[in-house]
Amino acid sequence: MAELVAKSPCAGLLPISEGGVTVSEVDPGPITAIAPFRGKEKTLNTALTRAHGLGWPAPGQSDAAGDARIQWFGHSHALLMGVAPKASLANHAALTDQGDAWAVVRIDGKGARDVLARLTPLDLRPAAFPVGATARSELQHMQAAITRVGRDAFQVMVFRSMAQTLVHDLQVALRAVAARG
Amino acid sequence: MRIPCPLCGSRDIREFDYMGHAQALDRPEPEAGAQAWDDYVHNRDNPAGPTRDLWFHGLGCGAWLVVDRDTVSHEITAAALARDVKGGAA
Repeated sequence: MAELVAKSPCAGLLPISEGGVTVSEVDPGPITAIAPFRGKEKTLNTALTRAHGLGWPAPGQSDAAGDARIQWFGHSHALLMGVAPKASLANHAALTDQGDAWAVVRIDGKGARDVLARLTPLDLRPAAFPVGATARSELQHMQAAITRVGRDAFQVMVFRSMAQTLVHDLQVALRAVAARG
Repeated sequence: MRIPCPLCGSRDIREFDYMGHAQALDRPEPEAGAQAWDDYVHNRDNPAGPTRDLWFHGLGCGAWLVVDRDTVSHEITAAALARDVKGGAA
C-alpha cells in the first residue's frame, strides 16, 4: 500500500510578503458544496440552522458559527467549510465534497485592497463590500471567490490547479503596490 | 459596459459571456413546422434599439440572465434570472 502524503495546494509557495501585505495559505478544513433541491430552500435553511447553527446565506453573504462557516458561492449554491455536513442536509440539498479542490489564501495588511484592485473588477470599498461580504468574480481570468474577513483582510479561493498562477499574480501585484509606496 | 446581475449586483462586462438572443428560450414544439424551426435556429432580427439577450455570468455566480438593452444607446434597462423568466423553478 502506497503511503500518501497530504500536500496543501500552496505548499512551498506561501507565505509571501511585500510592503506590509502578507499572503498566507489557509487550511479551510472540509469543504462541501450545498445546492438545494428545487423547492427545498426553506426546509434546507431550517436543517442547516439545526445542524450547524448557520442559515442559508443570502447572495454575497457569509457567516460563521464556531468552526463552521457558510459562504454563498453562486446561483443556488453555497459552501460549508470547517466541518463535515450533518447527514440530515442530504434530504434537502445535493452535497458535494470539495475538500482539497480549492486553493484558499488570506491577504492581510493595509494595502490588501489595493493588491486585489489590480486583479479583480470588484468594488471592494468597505461600504460596498463590508466584513463578511463574499463575491464570485474574476481574478486575472481565474474564477475566484473573494470574501472580506477583516477590515484589511481578504480570503481568496481559486481552483486548486491554479494555485501557482494565483500566487504568481498576487506576487506581481504585491510588488507593484509596494513599489508605489 | 456593466450588467446588473440580480444576484451579484452591478458587475463588469468581463465577467459575462454573450449567449445570443433570448429567442432561444422559446423553443417550438417538435411538430411546429419548418418555418418555426428555421426562425428559432437561424433567423434573428438586427434591431437598432431595444433588444433582449441571454448572458451567462460565468466568472460570477454562474446564472444565465435575460438582459434588455438598447443597441443604440447601450442602456441596459432590465436583467432577470433566466430561470425566473422561463419559469423553470417549478
